[in-house]
Amino acid sequence: MAERENNLRETWITGIGIVSCLGEGLDAHWQGLNAPPPAADATSFAPYIVHRIVPLEFDRQIPKKGDQRQMEPWQRIGTYAAGLALDSAGVKGRQEFLSRMDMIVAAGGGERDAQVDLNVAANVDKAAKAEAFVNERLMSDLRPTLFLAQLSNLLAGNISIVHGVTGSSRTFMGEESAGVEAVRVAHARIQANQSDLALVGGAYNAERWEVMLHFALGRRLARGEPKPVWERGGMELGTIGAFLVLEEKAHAQARDATPFARIAAVTSDHVKRAPGAVTGALERMWSKIAPKLNATQAAVISGAAGVAPATEEERAFLSRQNLAVRATGTHFGHGLEPQFPANIALAAAALRAGRLYPGNASETAMDSGLKQVAVTSIGHWRGEGLALVEAV
Amino acid sequence: MAKDKAGRPIVVVTGYGVVTSLGAGKQDNWAKLTAGQSGIREITRFATDGLKTRIAGTVDFVSIGSAINAPELSQRFAEMAGEEAVAQSGIGSRGDFPGPLFLGVAPVEIEWQQRHEVAVAAGANDALSYNDLTRAGESGRFENYYERFLFGSVADGLAEKFGTKGAPISLSTACATGATSIQLGVEAIRRGETDAALCIGTDGSVNAESLIRFSLLSALSASNDPPTGASKPFSKNRDGFVMAEGAGALVLESLEHAQGRGAKILGVIEGLGEMADSFHRTRSAPDGKPTIGCITHAITDAGLSPDDIDYINPHGTGTPENDKNEYISIAAVFGERARSIPTSSNKSMIGHTLSAAGAVESVFSLMTLEHQRVPPTINYAVPDPAIPLDVVPNVARDARVTHVLSNSFGFGGQNVSLVIGREPR
Repeated sequence: MAERENNLRETWITGIGIVSCLGEGLDAHWQGLNAPPPAADATSFAPYIVHRIVPLEFDRQIPKKGDQRQMEPWQRIGTYAAGLALDSAGVKGRQEFLSRMDMIVAAGGGERDAQVDLNVAANVDKAAKAEAFVNERLMSDLRPTLFLAQLSNLLAGNISIVHGVTGSSRTFMGEESAGVEAVRVAHARIQANQSDLALVGGAYNAERWEVMLHFALGRRLARGEPKPVWERGGMELGTIGAFLVLEEKAHAQARDATPFARIAAVTSDHVKRAPGAVTGALERMWSKIAPKLNATQAAVISGAAGVAPATEEERAFLSRQNLAVRATGTHFGHGLEPQFPANIALAAAALRAGRLYPGNASETAMDSGLKQVAVTSIGHWRGEGLALVEAV
Repeated sequence: MAKDKAGRPIVVVTGYGVVTSLGAGKQDNWAKLTAGQSGIREITRFATDGLKTRIAGTVDFVSIGSAINAPELSQRFAEMAGEEAVAQSGIGSRGDFPGPLFLGVAPVEIEWQQRHEVAVAAGANDALSYNDLTRAGESGRFENYYERFLFGSVADGLAEKFGTKGAPISLSTACATGATSIQLGVEAIRRGETDAALCIGTDGSVNAESLIRFSLLSALSASNDPPTGASKPFSKNRDGFVMAEGAGALVLESLEHAQGRGAKILGVIEGLGEMADSFHRTRSAPDGKPTIGCITHAITDAGLSPDDIDYINPHGTGTPENDKNEYISIAAVFGERARSIPTSSNKSMIGHTLSAAGAVESVFSLMTLEHQRVPPTINYAVPDPAIPLDVVPNVARDARVTHVLSNSFGFGGQNVSLVIGREPR
């Protein structure tokens, strides 16, 4: 394995597209992190809390209205963020790159017509034949194109159509784990000479009742007033779109692309949650990046979901590493699939600035220059991941 | 030498398993497949009142109790196919598979049974609101539904059962999903990340809402009577695909690893091809460029030329659009030979197993190589003069088969082709 490690190629981040409640683009996000968190919406989906995305001018990345109409919000947000990433990498509209660009999208999907669901659910018991009633309502009330707007792989499909990314197209599912594995596999393929250029990321629309209902069944949502991640005891969902352009170093140099940062390592784990399981996963993952860490110039960006007890275990583990830690969910909520790619983008922003953002009262200050960021994912149910992002 | 022409580890198959509407296990499936039997039947799982399509290739012989929903069925089918594959390969030990899981699975959503139960608990009435539903939902009574309908839950259950290593990957590329799971496994072995991988495609999503969704897109055959005659790939009177269920599982290993433990080599995944289509969400580019590129990439990746392919297991769904486009692509790649290469659609008998199709049809391709016998395309009564392929009409036949091309094309411009060979070169 040692020989393999030495022969591995280097992965640069050469493009970033990110949208959330903090705004549009990496600069807006960096400014947002350096300010107090924007007010989350505690009324629209009360008693639950949502970090709503800023309004986007979709025409700027999805010029055809016909395309926009074929998508539900999560796909529009994702296609928009992907366009920003391609712009930022300088490959937008350049067929010579897009036709061999690999794509891995981390997607949930299943965006539903909440009103149709509600109408059927309210009346199904009155019908003489329940199943026949559901059939009849769905046949007449569902828009034919809604199916495509809710299919998980159709975010990738829309990115192919709108932006022309066609080298390859894979969609990973599985909540936070999907985002971790998407980045891990795209990076591994570049390292192993299976890919030179990749678009990786995802999108999540938190502003819908069917996801509230799903997580309510598992009692995984925070209630009441918005709080910092470490104090939530449940998720405050956030609408997020985040895409990265990952590129092999020599490939980027050959076209004079400027790197935001390099991905030095991505590792993941999988544990059934039980007391100590998250700690164990973090120990295993941390041991893989520890030899590369220089503690005097490193910090942690945590993707903690806010759920108890996983977030407490993560916090306790990270506090033992003697590094400054920031949980970005405090600012933009928890967006499941795109959370990990988004946090890698924010790590790149910090590395570009050469410093960590101030953080809140419970987060330790860091004054020294920043060269390395460890990005964690401890998902709300599964989805353990860790990346090491470094300044180039 | 355990490397291919490109210097990469050769990836072999040492075990495979399958479940379809024809039955459980490869022997039963193969016997029926080569006898030209159809597994398509009248739907009995749910009421089909008011639906245009009332048939499907459901797997009705597997009992999973009262909780019939897509993730539950998908997991059960995947377990059955996976058990068969792992047992055949003899790899690892029970519950300890020495590699990762790549699972092709349909996206999951809370279904009507669950939504109905929560609504009843909320006291469903005309003024029902989501506040009522979430309040009832938070009672804790429905905790198991929360977990069951997470996108990662099927893979999580399978990873635990088989003891695969690392985080399992759940993936969806629409109708190419099963082929993508194999593609990811091959890539992981080729880059030296693992010596073995368990690749499964599974689908248990024949339920009313899924059927209605495809029906609203006019994708399904409505030839309900008789059900066995509905799936008519490449025929002039084809009128859509037939939804179906099942699972296919493959144990992949590096040749070196398989030889090292004395495993029997059942076949080789020689080439992977992919090219996304940016033309339309459900229609293929009329010139066939993406599918032509996809097929060409797979053959090139295998270090072969089109002349080396002697059987094609096509996507062959039986929709007017797919079959025409697939013919155009095959004709472009293979030229005059397109008319004479046996090209038979398993979907004529088992229907379209959706997220499982690429894996199920890879298993059948491996069996075609093993038995040197080509299953037919049944229901081929009215040839389409615009598609002059040798579809192996209605009756299986013996043939010399060394390299199979297996195509999987899906909504969202997803195109994957695999080249599967008989033995390492």
